[in-house]
Amino acid sequence: MTPIDDYIPIVGQSVIDDLKLIAEKLEGKLIQHINSTAVGGGVAEILNRMVPLLNELGVKTRWDVIKGGERFFEITKKFHNALHGRPADISGDDYSHFLEVGQKNIAEMDTCGDIVFVHDPQPITLIKKRGANKWLWRCHVDVSNPAPELWKFLREFIIQYDSAVFSAPQFAQQLPIRQFLIAPSIDPLSDKNKELPKEVIDAVLLKYNIPQDKPIVTQISRFDRLKDPVGVVEAYKKVKKYIDCRLVLAGGGAADDPEGVQVFEEVKERAGKDEDIHILLLAHNDLEINALQRASTVIVQKSLKEGFGLTVSEALWKAKPVVAGHVGGIPLQITSKYSGLLCHSVDGAAFAIKQLLNSPAYARKLGENGREHVRNNFS
Amino acid sequence: MPEATKAIEPFRFYTRMHLSALTGLKAATLEELLELVRDVPGACIYHHTHRFLQQHQYLSPEPPNDFAYWVKEVLGENELGEQLASIDTVQFTTIRELRDKIAATIAEYLKENPSAGKRFAHEDQQFHFIKSMSFVLPTKYAAANLSEFADILKKVTIDSIYFHVFEARLRLEKGTNDFSLWMETSLGDRDLAKRIARLDPYTQTLEDLRATIIGIVQKRLAS
Repeated sequence: MTPIDDYIPIVGQSVIDDLKLIAEKLEGKLIQHINSTAVGGGVAEILNRMVPLLNELGVKTRWDVIKGGERFFEITKKFHNALHGRPADISGDDYSHFLEVGQKNIAEMDTCGDIVFVHDPQPITLIKKRGANKWLWRCHVDVSNPAPELWKFLREFIIQYDSAVFSAPQFAQQLPIRQFLIAPSIDPLSDKNKELPKEVIDAVLLKYNIPQDKPIVTQISRFDRLKDPVGVVEAYKKVKKYIDCRLVLAGGGAADDPEGVQVFEEVKERAGKDEDIHILLLAHNDLEINALQRASTVIVQKSLKEGFGLTVSEALWKAKPVVAGHVGGIPLQITSKYSGLLCHSVDGAAFAIKQLLNSPAYARKLGENGREHVRNNFS
Repeated sequence: MPEATKAIEPFRFYTRMHLSALTGLKAATLEELLELVRDVPGACIYHHTHRFLQQHQYLSPEPPNDFAYWVKEVLGENELGEQLASIDTVQFTTIRELRDKIAATIAEYLKENPSAGKRFAHEDQQFHFIKSMSFVLPTKYAAANLSEFADILKKVTIDSIYFHVFEARLRLEKGTNDFSLWMETSLGDRDLAKRIARLDPYTQTLEDLRATIIGIVQKRLAS
């Protein structure tokens, strides 16, 4: 665990003092976080770092993970897609199975926290167990345009919570409970984000046979259609006509995302035999992701839908120029032309990548602004 | 010497955390924006005229208020964007006055350019109204004289400076910032109070503002 005082050189003593002031207000309270996976994806990533830090600050915090089999996670992946407004065939049996698994978790899960944060839809039914304690539904998903039937189903649970927390303003819904905007954040001292010696970066690139002989354009994300990895390949191909560069598409899977392998194959097929495209299905290794980001000239996050998009903050923290989709929580991280470039299409992404590769001084300025923005708001 | 002057009351530094509450209210056109600017709680007007200042405090000059940014970047109304960006926020001592000025600026523009009211923002670029909620906490710092004040000002968070300069003046309607108020009423130094009050905090970063105030105070201590 990283001692809290190690963050003083990054944020300053006064910020740590302020955090301790708030922590005092929570003395004697137990904060409980509940989600669906301990590894992979943004939520697990945040909790992995946040829970020890809260305890270090003196805020008693625990983290529990619900149980669910293969079918349960196939269904919740359908939920995920439908909440993002994508077509998803959710049957009556699917809803029944979701509720059955929810019921088992209700029976088994100890919800002893004074304040319980339930993350995303998977554990949402646990609210049936609420007592006198406070319950918050922490939604990390882009729910600006959810499938109506699914939203109606979930809404019955959501309105039983004390508050809902979203990652972007456009996710706000008509709800009879209070709604807050709280952005997720990165840990600047985690393996994913800490400074790395050049030898470590070089070794990782060597391991994956990525020569550093030309500019590297990288997208780090799960192989998920909503991250549009195929669109990134297409944008790269448009850039490649004018600027010789490499493309790295790298990411792992998440325990609650069964579609990853299929999307990985689609991306490989679209990439064809271009030897300058490196598609890496990584085992969970934060240090390697960090190295790949630091070795990149431009980082892309061309999502079609996004809850927040922590990879954007990770890239900005490394002072990298970023091209990202104007979706979900990304515009909170990037004010276009100030701290990165936002795009709405493959052509837009290609144009922005070309601008950054051809204008290193401009790219550097955007990256520096982005790093300060993350330092002040998302770290 | 000002350094030796003990204040009648010490200056107690507070810090301020904030939460953004979502309202679910959104505008897709200038006409809708105007209607909502007139109706939303003052906490929304405050949020959208000060968000950039807090969140992009490293940029100088920082982007303008949210209304100006949206009108220019999303609706493409450059002239109105400029008018909204150049509203001199420091001249207003209440949110109500500031709201009236923003609404009047939009209304006047619509009157002169009726077609501007018909432009639609794409669904994912609509203006979403957010309400700012503040949580104010006392810090461990208190200054008994001007010298201690300067030393502490170097240590506190920019949130503390933000609270005493922006929030106290506009949101708590004290008419001036907390620093000037203390300098005048507790130290009896009206000249110093005036010099701090005359600063335009909206056209510099919070770190620059910190440095400027410390510079003015140190000069006073050396005089």
